[in-house]
Amino acid sequence: MTAGDEASANAGAPVAPLIHASGLRKQFGDFVAVDGIDFDVQPGEAFGFLGPNGAGKSSTMRMIGCTSPTSGGTLQLFGLDPAKDGPAIRRRLGVVPQMDSLDNELTVEENLVIYGRYFDLSRAEARRRAKDLLDFVQLTDRATSRVEPLSGGMKRRVTIARSLINQPDLLLLDEPTTGLDPQARHILWDRLYRLKQQGVTLVLTTHYMDEAEQLCDRLVVMDAGKIVAQGSPRQLIDEHATREVLELRFRAGSNAENEQYAAGVGDRHEVLPDRILVYAHNGDEALAKAIANGAQPESALVRRSTLEDVFLRLTGRTLVE
Amino acid sequence: MSTPAPLRVFEWKLAVYRQVWKANLLTSLLQPILYLLAMGLGVGALVNKNGGSARLLGGVPYIAFVAPGLLATTAMMVGAIESLWPVHDAMKWGRQYEAMSATPLEPSDIVAAHVLWLMFRTGTAAAAVAAAMAFFPDVRSWGLIAAIPAAMLSGVALGMPLSAWAVSREREMSFPIIQRFIIVPLFLFGGAFFPLSQLPIGIRIIGYVSPLWHGVEMCRSWVSGTHMTALAALGHVAYLAVFVVVGAVIMRRLAKERLFA
Repeated sequence: MTAGDEASANAGAPVAPLIHASGLRKQFGDFVAVDGIDFDVQPGEAFGFLGPNGAGKSSTMRMIGCTSPTSGGTLQLFGLDPAKDGPAIRRRLGVVPQMDSLDNELTVEENLVIYGRYFDLSRAEARRRAKDLLDFVQLTDRATSRVEPLSGGMKRRVTIARSLINQPDLLLLDEPTTGLDPQARHILWDRLYRLKQQGVTLVLTTHYMDEAEQLCDRLVVMDAGKIVAQGSPRQLIDEHATREVLELRFRAGSNAENEQYAAGVGDRHEVLPDRILVYAHNGDEALAKAIANGAQPESALVRRSTLEDVFLRLTGRTLVE
Repeated sequence: MSTPAPLRVFEWKLAVYRQVWKANLLTSLLQPILYLLAMGLGVGALVNKNGGSARLLGGVPYIAFVAPGLLATTAMMVGAIESLWPVHDAMKWGRQYEAMSATPLEPSDIVAAHVLWLMFRTGTAAAAVAAAMAFFPDVRSWGLIAAIPAAMLSGVALGMPLSAWAVSREREMSFPIIQRFIIVPLFLFGGAFFPLSQLPIGIRIIGYVSPLWHGVEMCRSWVSGTHMTALAALGHVAYLAVFVVVGAVIMRRLAKERLFA
């Protein structure tokens, strides 16, 4: 049984959603950032917003975090209305913002304790929790060093520890690993996965499909302020992509003339600036057909479909451009 | 027992300040001593020789005239400095205000904490000047204790409108201009160094409207024991309080617009 199955089994029970949104909108002047979206997040779920920059993910996150008033529609957290009960809701949230907002002048531990004080924890309690949390994010040995010289990955871990100081019912992560090196990302994913196993409800945004696949039980794909698809990563791939993808690379600038060889060898194909993708149930068979057609690619790769392919299919664009 | 939210935010500023307070305290003490030696005794020696000076200065030697002014100018400078870059930094670069906005804190807590912080910094800076003044027999007086809150109030009165400005700025280009063309003139023409009656009426007005002059008047009266009517004192306090309150109300609104967009 995978984590995804567990969560959907939990979701089957008649529990009130932690977040309920319907027709949710956010507008800045004439610009519509979020254009009427509907979703529910159940307790214990890891829920993701996947989409390129500017899709409206961060605006949605800020509305959920009760730091941005809604422009229309309904939004409820824990059954409460952010417009009326902002502080009461925020008391139960943990927030990992897109850009670190740690105090560089202070030590790692001071950052956590002072943040705990904002939730009205006693100093002793804040210090006790800070100690446990630094242990959890594997930064105990850095407790008394200043934040400023820490690496990006370490700062993110401090931010995650900080976001847990109030023992939140819901953790919001806005692009938690953007800008980190692969190793730092894996450390972070491991910690988030543990939180999920402890039953913490996670809501995250990302434009990395591998991140969404690793962490999310369920996700929505956003584009231009709208939700264009939703489901588990597996469902989305099954629904919107083939089992395998053949990637053909030709000499630079010759994709247009080589397109003919890829046409018809799979279910469909897609010409990108740097390669041609062929969607097929069996990638090797498709490759054999393309070569039989006369294709002479510089390289060919067969792989499983990913959310990236789903996104390309739904929007005609790649996630990271 | 829960602590009021503004005090919990104040703890943050205090934690940062704790790293520099020793050096800061030493400067706060040394600077007024040097100032009193140079201005009070050095310049004072020249001023006191002038026959008409004593009458213009209210019958006191120059050091007794200028030293209470130093209480207020110090508080004013500290209030201004703590309000421009640090507020802008907490909003934009350090993002500490953004971090706070994700907690149950509200903009009013952030602003109230900032008022407390300005009171603390201007109050301690004025207290250091008062301590330095106690070394000089001409200005040693119990009135120094009463002058500290008066100086503090004028510092916070200048600081809060500047904080409201700083919290709303996208960039800090205007800050050096404010320093040169607002803070320095207020400092020079606030009645700290010479009686405003020395100036043509056009320039004198700068003094009367500036928060500094109202603080200087009170400090001078408390320290030298010259008479000030209760009504006049109340007027000075009320005038400065308006700056604080209006500055705080605007700062809260602008901070809210920015943090909760």
